[in-house]
This record gives sequence, C-alpha cells and structure tokens, in this order.
Amino acid sequence: MDRIPILKMGEFLLVTIQVDMHDRLALTLQDDLTANIVKHRTKGVLIDISTLEMVDSFIGRMLGTIASMAHLLDAETVVVGMQPSVAITLVELGLSLKGIRTALDVEKGMVTLRDALSAKG
Amino acid sequence: MKPAFTNAFAEVITNKEQTIISQWLGLQSKTGRRMSGAEQQEAAREAREFMDGLKSATGNEKSDDINRPAWTPVRDFLSGLSTRRAKSGYTPSETASFVFSLKEPLFAAIEEHLGSDREAALKAVWQTTLLIDKLGLLTMEVFQKTREDVISRQQQELLELSTPVVRLWDNVLALPLIGTLDSARTQIVMQNLLEAIVQTRSDYAIIDITGVPVVDTLVAQHLLKTVAAARLMGADCLISGIRPQIAQTIIHLGVDLSEVTTKATLADAFAEALRRSGLKLAKDQK
Repeated sequence: MDRIPILKMGEFLLVTIQVDMHDRLALTLQDDLTANIVKHRTKGVLIDISTLEMVDSFIGRMLGTIASMAHLLDAETVVVGMQPSVAITLVELGLSLKGIRTALDVEKGMVTLRDALSAKG
Repeated sequence: MKPAFTNAFAEVITNKEQTIISQWLGLQSKTGRRMSGAEQQEAAREAREFMDGLKSATGNEKSDDINRPAWTPVRDFLSGLSTRRAKSGYTPSETASFVFSLKEPLFAAIEEHLGSDREAALKAVWQTTLLIDKLGLLTMEVFQKTREDVISRQQQELLELSTPVVRLWDNVLALPLIGTLDSARTQIVMQNLLEAIVQTRSDYAIIDITGVPVVDTLVAQHLLKTVAAARLMGADCLISGIRPQIAQTIIHLGVDLSEVTTKATLADAFAEALRRSGLKLAKDQK
C-alpha cells in the first residue's frame, strides 16, 4: 500500500506530499506521523507541499488536523512550499489555515521552526 | 419576382456605374469631413471596389441574401473598411454614411432606367433599400465590434500596468495599489504578488492602498484574501497608506482588520518590515 515517507532531519520530521491525497492515505499519514513524533520526541514537523498542484477542501482540512494533532504532542508544524495557485484556491475556499505556520521553502521553514521553538523556550 | 429585381438591379449598376460612383463620391465628401487629396483618391478606389463587388454579387446570384457565398467579397470588403475606419478614429455616422449615401445615386439611376414602368421602379427601389440597409448594418456591426476589441484590450493593458510589485529591500516587497479593487483585479494582484514572493523569496509584503479611492466591505474582503494568500506562502503582509477618511470608513463599516498589521504610511510599514527582519537604519556618524 502507498505510504507517504516521513524523514527524520536532525531534530525535525520532514513530510513530503507528492501524490494525490485520499482518505486512506491521510489516515495512514496521521498514524505514522503521530507515532514518529512520539518515538523521536520531535518538537517540529515540516510538511512540504511544493509538488502539489491541486488542492481541495479535504487537503486543507487534513493539514489543519495534522497540525492540531502535532500540537497536542507538543510539536510545532510548518507547511512549506505552497504554490501560488494553491494558495489562491485555499483562500477562495475560505480555508486560510489560521493557526498553522507557513514558510516559502524547507530552508525558511526550518528557520521559522527554530524561531518558534526558541520563543517557547 | 426576385430574379426580375436582381436583373434590373444588375443592369442599372452596370450601365450607370460611372454616374453612380461620381454622384456617390460627391455625396460622401459633402456628408463626411473634409478630405485631403490622398483621402479622396482612396475613397474613389474604395467606391470602385465596392461597386465591382456589388456587380459581381448581383450578377452571379439571383438573391439579396448577403450571407450567400457570392456576397463574400462584398462582406469582406465592408468588414475591412469598417475595421480600418474604426481604428483610424472615424465616427460611426461617417462610417455608416459610406454605405447609406449610396442610396441616393442608386435611386436616381433606377428612376432613369425604369422611369416608364412605375411599378417595377418602386419595387426595385424598395428592394435596393432593403439590401443597402443590410449592408449598412453589417458595416456598423463590424465597426462596433472593432471598437469593443480596442476597449477590452485597453482594459487588459490597464490591469497589467496598474499592478506592479516593487522590491524595496532584500526580502521586502511593496505592492502599490492604484484605482478601484474589484474581483478581477484582486485576482491579478494576488497572482503577481505571490509569484513575486516566490521569485524574490521575500518574507514581507507591504500593500499600499494610498491610491485606492474607496474602501468598502468588498474591497476590504479582497485585501484580507490577498493577505491570507501571502501568509499561506509564508510571507507577512502589512497594509499601509490608510488615509484618515478610509480609517473612519473601515471602522464605520465594521470591517475587522485587527489580524493584519496596518500603518498610516508606506515609510512606517517599511521601517516595521526592516525591524522585523532584524535590520536597523542608522545615520552615518561623521
């Protein structure tokens, strides 16, 4: 079965979504990610969606859900690499992903995460 | 009895071609604006071409339906003429009178040719009127369409011209908005801004609304959408250039801009962006 890989990059976890998301895949990702956060005691998660060309309300909601779950486990989430067209679609759908941090690319996302973690102390 | 008509008509315009053309040209120069020598020559050439087309169309085809293939040269000629005139700034009546002023010489020629047979003459006049009106309408349609094309192209150009994204500093963009912000423009503004954010890898974008004359709930909503989209791309948005009246309007309308950093002037917003990126402006100590 398809699985979205979760890479451990130092103190952070990197999730790259490259295929079309569907319910099963999203559930598996939630399982894997929460398990990994606990296992590695991760404080930060980067979700890279730079190869996603199309989004719908389902993906928008899923990102929010994952961020909330990570937050419960005391990890910060940053969504990085959103395409302009994707951003416009999400806003038009009324999903402005309030409460999720965003960054232009993985590099900037790491800076954002470090800032957020150091602010937390 | 249509064949009888077109035969008579074709006869008339073949026999009296020279008279019709010269009378027609006289009328055109009287009704239209004053023409230079070159323009007169051009008008004469156009008149001859049109008459030739008319002759071959009525000669080959026993019908006054101008959508028939035989009329194609006439239609093409009229479309070309109308397009040229619309582009070089002729008025609609000047363009229309090219075709309509043909009626008078045609009627005169018909009367001369069929003068003895009043009934046939009347019928021929009536059918000529119908034909010329159709051709006139075609001319006007093309004229209108050309003008509309010009207008829509200008609108497009205006949209592109009025939404520049300016780079103020290494990672600070400015988006000076001028003119009313409607849905179509918001879309273009948003696209331009987001693409510029990707290109320049900027962290801050300042939307300056000094040039936006009116801010109502819809405009405010469009602004908020743009801010939200930029945030999704990881850039912080500041809104600047809020004039006193605009500030009052926004509050009276109950629009909530509290989630966005707003500044009175672009300078303040720029200073804030620099401060957030950890930069400081200092006076040279000399």
